[in-house]
Amino acid sequence: MSVLLFAENASGEFKKPIWEAASYGFALAQKMGVALEAVSVGQVAEDELKSLGSYGVTKVHSVSSDELNSFVNTAYAAAVVAVAQASGASVVIVPQTYNGRAVAARVAARLDAAPLIGVVSLLDPAHEFEAERSSYSGKGIQHVKPKRQVLVVSPKLNSFEIAENQTTAEVVSFSFEPEASSLDTVVKNFIKASEGISLTEADTVVSAGRGMKGPENWGMIEELAGLLGAATACSKPTADMGWRPHHEHVGQTGIQIAPNLYIAIGISGAIQHLAGVSSSKNIVVINKDPEAPFFKIADYGIVGDLFEVVPKINAAIKQARG
Amino acid sequence: MKILVCISHVPDTTTKIQFTPDKTSINANGVTFIIDPYGEYGLSRAIGFTEEGKQAEIVALCVGGAEVEPTLRKALAIGANKAVRIDAPAGDPGYVARQIAAYAGKEGFDILFTGKESIDFNGSIVPGMIAELLHMPFVSFATSMALDGDDKASFHREIDGGEEVLETKLPVVVSCQKGIAEWRIPNMRGIMAARTKPLEVVAPVEVVAYLETTGYDYPPVKGDCKYFPADQPEELVSTLFQKGLI
Ligand SMILES: Cc1cc2nc3c(=O)[nH]c(=O)nc-3n(C[C@H](O)[C@H](O)[C@H](O)COP(=O)(O)OP(=O)(O)OC[C@H]3O[C@@H](n4cnc5c(N)ncnc54)[C@H](O)[C@@H]3O)c2cc1C
Ligand SMILES: Nc1ncnc2c1ncn2[C@@H]1O[C@H](COP(=O)(O)O)[C@@H](O)[C@H]1O
Repeated sequence: MSVLLFAENASGEFKKPIWEAASYGFALAQKMGVALEAVSVGQVAEDELKSLGSYGVTKVHSVSSDELNSFVNTAYAAAVVAVAQASGASVVIVPQTYNGRAVAARVAARLDAAPLIGVVSLLDPAHEFEAERSSYSGKGIQHVKPKRQVLVVSPKLNSFEIAENQTTAEVVSFSFEPEASSLDTVVKNFIKASEGISLTEADTVVSAGRGMKGPENWGMIEELAGLLGAATACSKPTADMGWRPHHEHVGQTGIQIAPNLYIAIGISGAIQHLAGVSSSKNIVVINKDPEAPFFKIADYGIVGDLFEVVPKINAAIKQARG
Repeated sequence: MKILVCISHVPDTTTKIQFTPDKTSINANGVTFIIDPYGEYGLSRAIGFTEEGKQAEIVALCVGGAEVEPTLRKALAIGANKAVRIDAPAGDPGYVARQIAAYAGKEGFDILFTGKESIDFNGSIVPGMIAELLHMPFVSFATSMALDGDDKASFHREIDGGEEVLETKLPVVVSCQKGIAEWRIPNMRGIMAARTKPLEVVAPVEVVAYLETTGYDYPPVKGDCKYFPADQPEELVSTLFQKGLI
């Protein structure tokens, strides 16, 4: 028995969602008294594979073949299933990334496993693996009990701390040839989003809304984000009006994020906006209306005119940093 | 061609979610239910194909009790040709996906649209499971879709750090993200027509539950907001520094 992590790589590297999932997997494996192993699919250098040892992974099954160089969910899921079966995994941990979601679904279907997606608690092996998961777009917590022996678990992104647990990861190559029928989509092109920090991975997000009055005023928002190494986000209407690019729109119909710090400037805090950001660990709200609903879920607030407050904040940060 | 649109019946996005006193389910009193917004994108895209000149039968499917029928009628009013309700409880994605796969496998569809994520269960998992159960390709987070003849399609999809352009053969399962189509408001003619369009109720196949919901809670409430004076935002900055937040 083991816990198996699907260590998805991004152009040959592991990133934050994998470290989070590995840390979660390690904590769970400890509770179950079993080892944490990982499966990597595609081209990843030996050193990178070994680096998973820093998060408690004792063994990495590396599946690589020319056909698996680019991501195809059917074939990748088949590889994960093959490793899970060969290693007798009873829990498969999959990061809740774009591609991870498709892999989790296929692996769960193939292994006849119970899927536990978006979990916000560590599963409890002593209580039939009961778990808490986020539901109703963050407005509710659902308590669930899986009804199968095999589980596919995706911890909610940005909800668990990355914990280092130094061990040595043994890398073994796992021989697997994808069936031709599983190479069922052909990637023609990748269009990189404009430079900047990825919203879903950012620790700090600076977000602004209609209170900005117009796209020409976003300079101070970008400056603040630059000073903090933060990603920028926006409310839906500002994206709809073309003030900001659509990929910045957060909320119920946009991207859901849970950064460590979310700074909301000139955003009222409509329920649909909050559905995408209320899991943020710390929330700062700057709004001239003391009744703005956003203040109800804020940790820190300033009631004032953003056009005066934000430049002062930028100046204060610069000064504090010398 | 035949297109299946999987929709789930979810509380309106403005709903303040409240649970029943025993916290075993949401309190549906006074709650308006809608087609899940991402599933509805699939319906719009399907109708778009017919407007582009494709001959297509569009079937809207929901797994749920009788309470979901008004939501299915709305899908008919928007433009689906037929509605199907699989008479079984929703909420357990493993169970739901197997119900949908059993129905779709029997009927044979060229395109199966779903939403990228329901806004109640938020698993983002039903679509990929359907694809695996039916041995079909799965294009997730699709932001555009164009047909290439009767047996191929090309897509843009959202992924970490950008957009992917890809192609696949039909049949295919597609999960819809914003961009793939615009929501449509049903017109009077559609609403009238919906009354006479078929709404079929199908018995579920036997599937043992994958998940049991033991209860619900509200997410932890945020602490009180600490306010700083507008004329001295430096104090906020120093607090954030002290807390190690910046
Ligand atoms: C189905 C549906 C889905 C939706 N999904 C989303 C979603 O995913 N994301 C989303 O964001 N919205 C969504 N919305 C829209 C949402 O309901 C709100 O309309 C929207 O979030 C408001 O954006 P805003 O806060 O930028 O603008 P407003 O509500 O207009 O708020 C602007 C705020 O700026 C403040 N302000 C103005 N001037 C200043 C100043 N000089 N200094 C300081 N503060 C100032 C005002 O006090 C006000 O609070 C959705 C709506 C629907 C119906
Ligand atoms: N009960 C249901 N009936 C029909 N389709 C569903 C149901 N539940 C989920 N789906 C489909 O699966 C998508 C993703 O749902 P989920 O996996 O719950 O996030 C939804 O947008 C729907 O298209």
